[in-house]
Amino acid sequence: MQLLFTGFGIGAIYALVALGFVLLIRAAAVVNFGQGEFAMLGAYLMVIGFNVLALPYWLSIILSVLLMAAFGVVFAATTYWPLRHRGGLPVIISTIGASIFLENLVLVLYGPEAAQIDGLFDAPGIQVGPVFMDSQYLSIIVVAALLVALQYAVFEKTLLGKKLQATSQDKEMASLLGIPVATMILITFAYSSALGGIAGILVAPILFVSTGMAGLIALKAFAANIIGGYGSIPGAILGGLSLGIVETLGAAYISVPYKDAFAFLMLLIFLLVRPQGLFGERIAEKA
Amino acid sequence: MAARYRWRGVPAALVAALLAVGLAMLVPAQGYILNIAMQAATYAIAVVGLVVVLGYCGQISIAQAAFFGLGAYGVALGTVDYGLNFFTALAIAVAIAGVLGLILGLGSLRLGGHYLAMVTISFQQILTVVLTNWIGFTHGPDGVRGIPRPTLFGLSFEGGHAYLALCLVAMVAATLGVWRLKSSRLGRAMQAVRDNELAAGTSGIDVFATKVGSFGLSAVFGSLGGGLFSGGFHYISPDQFSFAESIVMLTMALLGGVQNPFGALIGTGLLVILPEWLRFLRQVYLAVYGAAVILIMVFLPDGLWGFVAERLRRRVRAPAQDVAPLPLLAQRGEPGADAVLQVQGLAKHFGGLKALDGVDLAVRRGTVHALIGPNGSGKSTFINVITGLYRPTAGRIGFAGRDITALPPHRRNRAGLARTYQNIRIFRGMSVLENVMVGAERAGNDVANDPAAAVERALAALDFVGLGDEAARLVGTLSYGHQRYVEIARALAGSPEMLLLDEPAAGLNMTEKQELGGLLRRLKGHGLTILIIDHDMALVEQVADHITVLNFGRRIADGAPQVVLQHPDVIAAYLGEPQRHEAA
Repeated sequence: MQLLFTGFGIGAIYALVALGFVLLIRAAAVVNFGQGEFAMLGAYLMVIGFNVLALPYWLSIILSVLLMAAFGVVFAATTYWPLRHRGGLPVIISTIGASIFLENLVLVLYGPEAAQIDGLFDAPGIQVGPVFMDSQYLSIIVVAALLVALQYAVFEKTLLGKKLQATSQDKEMASLLGIPVATMILITFAYSSALGGIAGILVAPILFVSTGMAGLIALKAFAANIIGGYGSIPGAILGGLSLGIVETLGAAYISVPYKDAFAFLMLLIFLLVRPQGLFGERIAEKA
Repeated sequence: MAARYRWRGVPAALVAALLAVGLAMLVPAQGYILNIAMQAATYAIAVVGLVVVLGYCGQISIAQAAFFGLGAYGVALGTVDYGLNFFTALAIAVAIAGVLGLILGLGSLRLGGHYLAMVTISFQQILTVVLTNWIGFTHGPDGVRGIPRPTLFGLSFEGGHAYLALCLVAMVAATLGVWRLKSSRLGRAMQAVRDNELAAGTSGIDVFATKVGSFGLSAVFGSLGGGLFSGGFHYISPDQFSFAESIVMLTMALLGGVQNPFGALIGTGLLVILPEWLRFLRQVYLAVYGAAVILIMVFLPDGLWGFVAERLRRRVRAPAQDVAPLPLLAQRGEPGADAVLQVQGLAKHFGGLKALDGVDLAVRRGTVHALIGPNGSGKSTFINVITGLYRPTAGRIGFAGRDITALPPHRRNRAGLARTYQNIRIFRGMSVLENVMVGAERAGNDVANDPAAAVERALAALDFVGLGDEAARLVGTLSYGHQRYVEIARALAGSPEMLLLDEPAAGLNMTEKQELGGLLRRLKGHGLTILIIDHDMALVEQVADHITVLNFGRRIADGAPQVVLQHPDVIAAYLGEPQRHEAA
């Protein structure tokens, strides 16, 4: 039970990053290898805001998230926009370039030593029956759930959400109907980046904040996305959660050093046995 | 002729190898510069392997460092722990890596694009985890020390010069081999798969096997480089073969130009030397490097080599040689006597939509059979099911006396079924001649195994469609109408039993349509069996011997043109149902 809880918490982080990932795939058909760097940047902004500038905790969170949203637009303008008509591979490579750039830029600016941030709450957590609920894990789960609910509400109940959905489904048609497609894509980048940032902020007190955190988070979010079903929003969430749980259980019962291998093994199995994932549809090329 | 063709490159290769050895002698026999040279040479071999899988075949592999590591660990563990001879260990390592590469390629059976990239990343990550944690076998994070260099026929490669020369010769061999591959049958097949998978399949290429092969080859080069790397540095550890290194290799290939092994050499050399030049910004180096990757993608889409090659591109003229006429139709059987294509009860349902609902159709030898019908009547679905792109829900397809219902597209093409597409599908990265050669080289064609004869056949096919002078041009630079002719020539070069034309007149202007009509009449005159779909009634009436009409996935008329086009159901399908009171 305890392990399930922990796995759920870690899984929620993967799910948040995976969610940002899926949104970009849907809106712009971009497979963003820099998604993990969003989380890393978010965490570092938090470190700078709270630890270095000594701003209040809540203020630094808000500032970090806003800055991350702005950063998403910059990211889109530099790595996606110039290459948008050239197909998938160039954009993938350029997001890989961006991820190398960001990771090392932070390394240069901040230095290699890992930082640590305090959790959201001072209290260590609560005991519920046999399970000790660590306050940080609990806040991760709660925030993730709130965000998913919020996103659902925005996407399904507002005009903006409808426009975003239209853009992701059929850009040409959307643009014919007078939806500013470019703006919608930029909004998606901003939102996706902010989501990544929030994930980074949430996970920061558990992991140490370091430039190395980005790569693994991104890969696991990608894995979560494929396990759940490529381009599927509920799939990303479920995939992320199940990945976190499998990983935690695997580490506890089988082998700690091979913890990261479980995630990829699970991914390989899914890719080979059920490539459409839990929620995916098979897409055939039309002749 | 073929033998001479095969050995033509040998003197040049020997000269290049000697040059490489000479170059090795110029480098100091030990120390820093030697190390850099050794790293560049061994990396280059791996990056040249990436050219095969990514540049030629268009498959993203982000695991080249893993194969590099397999080679390195194979040699290291084989020589140090198991006392094997260097070359034996290298051979075993390369074989294992090759097999793993093939297995990785198997993933491409069901997965494309990003999925496959993800599989390679997973493989890379798992290998890193295993190398680090399986301490009993791999020595874990400490790595392996004291890796020896080989001796061959009493010749010791222990010295820095000798070993570097060995690496450079291997590099030259790898580069020239991959360069030759590009203009070989397999290389053309890979590029065809890269440019258009569907068309590659219906041109007789086994798409899946080609992809798997490219992964295997790429892994072989990767592990070969790694094995040499291991002897060069005497010491290896898992972090040298991480995901990050795979990215570095990918960048090397892209920077230099992934379409060409020489580009790979340039890219590798540059990225190995660059950090040394950029020493003063050591700290910022990797950040600059990441930014450079983005800039390269934005401004140099074809890499440095592509950039240079573009500017040096000579106006290549078509090979001036007399073209033998296209041996189109070594007559097979009596025209009209038997049905080449025999379709019974063909159905294709997409969910609840019955795109085809029990269609019967027979195309007799030597006739031009037209399949017409309003938009959405199932014509394109029909042709896609016939050529194997869709699996039928029910029904049977007989072709040239065989049941082909269950065959994959490339096997149907090899049986003699060639097609063109409504939205032209040609191999855009290749020349006009190469496009048509892919058709000529379909397995089972008489010229398939003779490159010189395949060139001749392709030129003959181009000549037939009137594009003989454009053979050397890049196919994308042709006009739309001419691109369609390239597609037809590609189909003809494979000496098909039957040609399927999917709306060949679509998108053509009046003059082009008239030309096309002429071409079709010539094909008909040669007695080629043709199944044509088109909306252009003028064209259909000109050439068709027999017409079948589809509407809502069902056959509503079938017979001679004059009869079918007068058929009330056909008129109704095209012009709408007459109102009841008018009819009365």
